[in-house]
Amino acid sequence: MSQTFTLDGLSIPFTEGETIIQAATRAGVFIPHLCYHPEFKPHGSCKLCTVKVNGRHTASCTLRAAAGMVVENNTEELNAERRALTQMLFVEGNHFCPSCEKSGHCQLQATAYHLGMMSPHYDHFFPDRPVDASHPEVLLDFNRCILCSLCVRASRDVDGKNVFALSGRGIRTQLIVNAKSGRLADTDFTVDDKAAHICPVGVILKKRRGFAVPIGERPYDRAPLSETALAEAVSAREEGA
Amino acid sequence: MMMQANDRQSEAVAGVVDRVVAHYRGDPSCMVQILREIQEARGWIEPAAIDRLQTVLAVPRTKIEGVAGFYSFFHTRPVGRYRLLFSDNITDRMQGSAALLERLCSALWIEPGKVSEDGLVSVDRTSCTGLCDQGPGLLVNLRAIGRLTVERIDRIVELVRDEVPLADWPAEFFVIEDNIRRADILLATPFAPGDALRAAQARVPSDGLAAANLRSWREGLPTGLGGPAAMLDEIKRANLRGRGGAGFMTGLKWEACRNAPLKAGQQRFVVCNADEGEPGTFKDRVLLTTRADLVFEGMTVAAYAIGAQRGFLYLRGEYRYLLDDLNAVLERRRRDGLLGSDIGGIPGADFEIEIHVGAGAYVCGEESALIESLEGKRGTPRNRPPFPVTNGYLDQPTVVNNVETFAAAALIALKGGDWYAAIGTRHSAGTKLLSVAGNCSRPGIYEYPFGVSIRQVLADCGATDPQAVQVSGPSGVCLGDAEFDRCIGFEDIPTAGAFTVFDRSRDMFEVARNYVHFFQHESCGFCTPCRVGTSLLKNLMDKLHQGCGSPYDFGEIEKLNQLLQTMSHCGLGHTACNPVLDTIARFRPAYERRMRQQEFAPAFDLDRALAAARQMTGRDDAGAHFLDQEA
Repeated sequence: MSQTFTLDGLSIPFTEGETIIQAATRAGVFIPHLCYHPEFKPHGSCKLCTVKVNGRHTASCTLRAAAGMVVENNTEELNAERRALTQMLFVEGNHFCPSCEKSGHCQLQATAYHLGMMSPHYDHFFPDRPVDASHPEVLLDFNRCILCSLCVRASRDVDGKNVFALSGRGIRTQLIVNAKSGRLADTDFTVDDKAAHICPVGVILKKRRGFAVPIGERPYDRAPLSETALAEAVSAREEGA
Repeated sequence: MMMQANDRQSEAVAGVVDRVVAHYRGDPSCMVQILREIQEARGWIEPAAIDRLQTVLAVPRTKIEGVAGFYSFFHTRPVGRYRLLFSDNITDRMQGSAALLERLCSALWIEPGKVSEDGLVSVDRTSCTGLCDQGPGLLVNLRAIGRLTVERIDRIVELVRDEVPLADWPAEFFVIEDNIRRADILLATPFAPGDALRAAQARVPSDGLAAANLRSWREGLPTGLGGPAAMLDEIKRANLRGRGGAGFMTGLKWEACRNAPLKAGQQRFVVCNADEGEPGTFKDRVLLTTRADLVFEGMTVAAYAIGAQRGFLYLRGEYRYLLDDLNAVLERRRRDGLLGSDIGGIPGADFEIEIHVGAGAYVCGEESALIESLEGKRGTPRNRPPFPVTNGYLDQPTVVNNVETFAAAALIALKGGDWYAAIGTRHSAGTKLLSVAGNCSRPGIYEYPFGVSIRQVLADCGATDPQAVQVSGPSGVCLGDAEFDRCIGFEDIPTAGAFTVFDRSRDMFEVARNYVHFFQHESCGFCTPCRVGTSLLKNLMDKLHQGCGSPYDFGEIEKLNQLLQTMSHCGLGHTACNPVLDTIARFRPAYERRMRQQEFAPAFDLDRALAAARQMTGRDDAGAHFLDQEA
């Protein structure tokens, strides 16, 4: 690990093939992200993790680190752009944090706090997205979907089931499930699937567990997203090692 | 009885699916073609067809539904037996398409976007169909009809009502003109199929050891710089740059592909990008109609230069009606020994071209999205690097070039790189095809050497009183009359080919709004800034259009532009704001007229919100309207 790049003035070591966000996380630097997860192949779609590399904007989850790169991350300019992207995710769906079971454990909400988002800013789209409560153990509330595709990747790559996929195009892009009826109950999905535990927002929810952890004591109530994400990455690495 | 009918139907579905899947060797990477052919046979992609596909291809249902849901021309719900799609480019609108659409819909008693209750007909709008020089245009079951008039529309109404098979519609409806107004080397060089290949092969000795001619000393080197490498040298010497818009050096691209290592079982591919979706462009259509041999030969030359055995022509779905003619050209070339094995009698010179037809997705013009689509997936642009030259089709080295680039490559093989480099300007060798449309008396295809001025083109095409020219379509640049002395070329105004003229009677705000609607419709939805940003931008432009604009909205548009340019995943998002920013900069009064409010005004309009209630009650009298103070 003799090679390094510069991140907001810090020297960050990296190994060959590592992406910027991987190296930064290992060095204890948080880069906001939603569709990225350390255990999965990067997707590069939410663009929250965009940094400036040698003056050019690029997603840090897909770009491999190279020696001598000069990377900007925690700047007012980038955070303002990330804040706008977060606002976009809020207005394209139907997000009512106070009534959401995932509140306090939701990465979208925590990202909004992290970036100082004070209002949705844009006019809401109010899409019509019916919930799917067909499955005995799991509820799907598509209103909160941010199309990060983590469930798609988890179901395909870990569970080997392909329960989820994206269909449609543009603003009509939507999450679908692998059944002729379109209902989760008609798939081979189980609550033990990796995909059941990966959703960063409140789409995939276990039934009858509501408020098992009271509001105020949930992960992002206790510590900000930046600390929690880094701690999770460390424990994931230790488990893997 | 019911049961029997259902059985018969599922047998019919299974028969079609099995036949199509067998034709594509059960290969799921042909998913887009498989779905297209099933739909052509059945009218739509019905759930029973997806059931059967899932079984015979052994892929998850989500994969099929994900692909079917991505493309505009795939229907997973029943559509009319006659599917009429009006081209909705700004030029079609300028030629009166909106009134014709309304006339057709009211005569057939249907609403745009809906299917008639008897399942006979559906009418909708679609992105530019490439008939701008002979618009307004429409597609009926993906066959193009141009030069729409009130008479033609009324006739179409009768034909649909009488359920006349498409084959029996008046032949003149389907005549699409080439309208070549100015021809230069690409359109006028005499060329017999095989000429370019023979010239490429004749340029070097068969053993690669002694130069047959002394045009290039490198040809004589015994280092293996024989045939193909010499061909590559000619392309490099020609300074040919890609004609799709970005202008990458073709020689460098080919060389990178040729040098890309092959893993076991891999090969190299040549892909011709005929997904000509930029509104206002139609030059590839004309090249494919009039010079298909030149294009296919250019692909074969590329295959020879890089060592590829397979090639694809990716034809946009809007040009589906060209497929049979193009396949006939390929078949003739096979018969003449210009495709297949041992081409030109050279052992091991094997190359085959297949045509893949798209299904209505502009974003597939982006080369990595095009490759995804070729692989039978949703047409989402890939993360890059790696680039297609090393990791393209099925992760193998792939060259993707525009139709016009391959045609030029064939001429370079025929006449040499030096000949080509001498045409045009220093940084832009050769000629450029311009698709000229809009307010001019002679719309059509103009081929000029690079360096021609905007003013010259305007004069040649008979533009009267031009106010603006949109060069290279909405993703390009909008120029006002102070800039008409600027030149077409990579050193000044690069272009993929569209050249759309607007005279002083045109409202440039509405031009920009049409383009913004286009980008919103064509965003693939993969990345947040483009998916949501183009929708927000569309809403803001519609807000201005509805008279609720304020300087605040101006500021918002500028901020969205910044975000789209910096954060988007691909070129679609990067350029989606260009028409708005260009027109604000040059035609600000068109926007200021819409600034009814100096302070912020909400987009919500009570009277507009009552429209649904008016429709439901069948009322449209004054009492059914909310009157504001102005009225």
